[in-house]
Amino acid sequence: MLKNLLKRRDKSRAAAEGGDSSQAAPESGAQQGGWFQRLKSSLAKTRKQLFSRLSGLLQIGRKIDEELMEEIEEILIQSDVGVETTLRLMDNVRAAVKAKGLGDASELESVLKAEILNLLGEDTPLACVPAESPYTILVLGVNGAGKTTTIGKLASRFRSEGQHVIVAAGDTFRAAAEDQLAIWCERAGAELIRGGEQAEPASVVFDAVHAAQHRDADVLIVDTAGRLHTKKPLMDELAKIGRVMGRAHEGAPHEVLLVIDGTVGQNALIQAKVFNEAVPITGVAVTKLDGTAKGGIVIAVKAEIGAPVKLIGIGERLDDLRDFAAADFVAALFASEGTET
Amino acid sequence: MFESLNERLQSTFKKLRGQGKLTESNISDSLREVRRAFLEADVNYKVTRDFIERIKTRALGQEVMGSLTPELQIARIIGEELTQLMGAEAEKIRIAPSGPTVVMLVGLQGAGKTTVAAKLALKFRKEGRTPLLVAADVYRPAAIRQLQILGEQTETPVFSMGTDVSPVKIAKASVTEALAHGQNCVIVDTAGRLHINEELMGELRGIKDAVNPTEILLVVDAMTGQDAVNVAENFNNDLDIDGVILTKMDGDARGGAALSIRHITDKPIKFISIGEKIEAAALEEFYPERMSSRILGQGDFQTLIEKAEDVFSEDQARELERKLSENKGLDFNDFLTQLEQIRNMGPLDQLVDLIPFKNQLPVKNLKPDESHLNYAKAAIQSMTPEERRDPTLLDRSRKLRIAKGSGTTVNQINTLVNQLRMMNRMLNQQTAMAMPQMGPKLGALPRPKRKAKKPRRRKRRKSR
Repeated sequence: MLKNLLKRRDKSRAAAEGGDSSQAAPESGAQQGGWFQRLKSSLAKTRKQLFSRLSGLLQIGRKIDEELMEEIEEILIQSDVGVETTLRLMDNVRAAVKAKGLGDASELESVLKAEILNLLGEDTPLACVPAESPYTILVLGVNGAGKTTTIGKLASRFRSEGQHVIVAAGDTFRAAAEDQLAIWCERAGAELIRGGEQAEPASVVFDAVHAAQHRDADVLIVDTAGRLHTKKPLMDELAKIGRVMGRAHEGAPHEVLLVIDGTVGQNALIQAKVFNEAVPITGVAVTKLDGTAKGGIVIAVKAEIGAPVKLIGIGERLDDLRDFAAADFVAALFASEGTET
Repeated sequence: MFESLNERLQSTFKKLRGQGKLTESNISDSLREVRRAFLEADVNYKVTRDFIERIKTRALGQEVMGSLTPELQIARIIGEELTQLMGAEAEKIRIAPSGPTVVMLVGLQGAGKTTVAAKLALKFRKEGRTPLLVAADVYRPAAIRQLQILGEQTETPVFSMGTDVSPVKIAKASVTEALAHGQNCVIVDTAGRLHINEELMGELRGIKDAVNPTEILLVVDAMTGQDAVNVAENFNNDLDIDGVILTKMDGDARGGAALSIRHITDKPIKFISIGEKIEAAALEEFYPERMSSRILGQGDFQTLIEKAEDVFSEDQARELERKLSENKGLDFNDFLTQLEQIRNMGPLDQLVDLIPFKNQLPVKNLKPDESHLNYAKAAIQSMTPEERRDPTLLDRSRKLRIAKGSGTTVNQINTLVNQLRMMNRMLNQQTAMAMPQMGPKLGALPRPKRKAKKPRRRKRRKSR
């Protein structure tokens, strides 16, 4: 099982490694619905609108000067990379250009790619076969970020690996949140622990942890109600859920996943910061990346908050929740229209 | 709301303080900062560029503004241009002259369409109309159920045909249903969709053709980044929308969507939605001028007064007036009523935002905590009717009992008693005030910080 996954990841890696990717990708495409292809087409919008403008800029024969740098900055800001991160990125690019003595714009693409990769850092994918059981995952985020959908997809992913999955309906506030989760659980074949509307979320979660222990579940995924990070009492409630989990099971929650809407702007940074203060987050899932012209928030979140992006949602299909692989992401951003993969 | 943008603009203005007049160099320094503030607030790149250009022309053009300092000149130009950017005049939702008013809500997934639908239904009901909610989201699991629950909460009928019927048919049938039952407002909640999804956008066009909506409103998450204008443009090109509703305005949205959408699409923002509770106060009509004033940190007293008037019935006002004229002072029953009223005015932190020039108040970081309202309410409810009427009855043992009964501390009870006393003292000084109903209302706003008040209280006690 694990071997299979590693192989899969390696293949997608290979697919992303520029030049000789043409051989690896069709194969992985056949096996896995074309992870890279899918990412590429999902990010097509981003690429078409912004990064293809970059390729337009980085033509042979154009000199690297301040004007060019400012145009690149503009494009980055327009793709939600954020002012702070853009400036940092461009400082690094300028330094690299100087160090390498580059003069032609066409040489900038690889520098840019390398610097973005550098900001994104090492990939830290979600463990597919948990080391501990029950492996507990707490899912948080603002209203409408896509928590419940992400949980549905996540549950189905663990199920397809043969894991016994329990989901806790910790969103007892929003109307019909439980029902929505129940439908996802049915699709994925996961068990749902529910406390009923208006139940105290922490108590539902507490019960779920015990249920997971007694029923030998491999994975417990905890849904929480969407909450704006500006609401102090709701953030306190979240902190309590985290504490309750830790008390019910040593080391829980093992994974604290913050779900961020990919179309959100610089607000994502403050969201990440405040949620992190309530329950230290271990990873970020960025959703709805297929619709946005701006994947830039992925870069900003990692660069400014230091929270690794672990998952990205690139479509509505059950398997459209993917491990985030920085190399693939950057390659997909820069891949030009005609490039065969 | 828009705090970060406000702070950045304030600091920009501050730097102009002490300068003799606007010069080309200090203007361009300020504008560079304004530009960055805008970009950090997710204002669209093009909108930012145009905006800066206009400010520059006006500031350099030296419209003669009498004795205004450079700081105030720039602030005024920016204020006016911000208003312009958001559409100058407020545009309200249209009501069909005959036949049912059909409102169609569209937008991306997770923008808040279903919640807005319920808030809108409540608003219509308050205005004496009879709304019908229509569940046309057949894709998202349990979306219909969600609308049904919200329908129960708002006592609004919900029309649904399950998930196997096409949304176009559902919408069409719902209008017939409304006509048959004499409901005069139809609110169609459609499924969230990406603006680039051709098939689903086609479905929306189908609904539009089938029911010919009075208003097509695009629901946009106020926290959306640079993409907000693309989303709005796409929906607008496909559906020719009538307006926009901005949601999650209490999530410290930067203002980008609010400032960009009108300029790019030329379609007005009609409402802003605040808070996740379904209450009428949570859907505010959008006034560009008031919003511009909020962005500049000048508050919005108009909205504050309107909200107060909304929850404060005439009977209550008369009762209060009577009490005041009899010079009896307020008791805990009045206090409790006021707590309830404040509650009904919407989220507390949003109310504080409306206070004019709150940044210049002596108390910094006014961050009200709703839990204070909770403990005050619990404590009062643990009092006997006599105690509520006559706070002087409260001796140590009674206070202890109340504290135990309400899960508070004697200290908190003391604070509460002191608050009431202070409020009455304030009222006595102001009985001649023109607007008696506003006095206690402001007095009842939660203490911003307990620490700030304690020393003062001690001093007073000693002097007595």
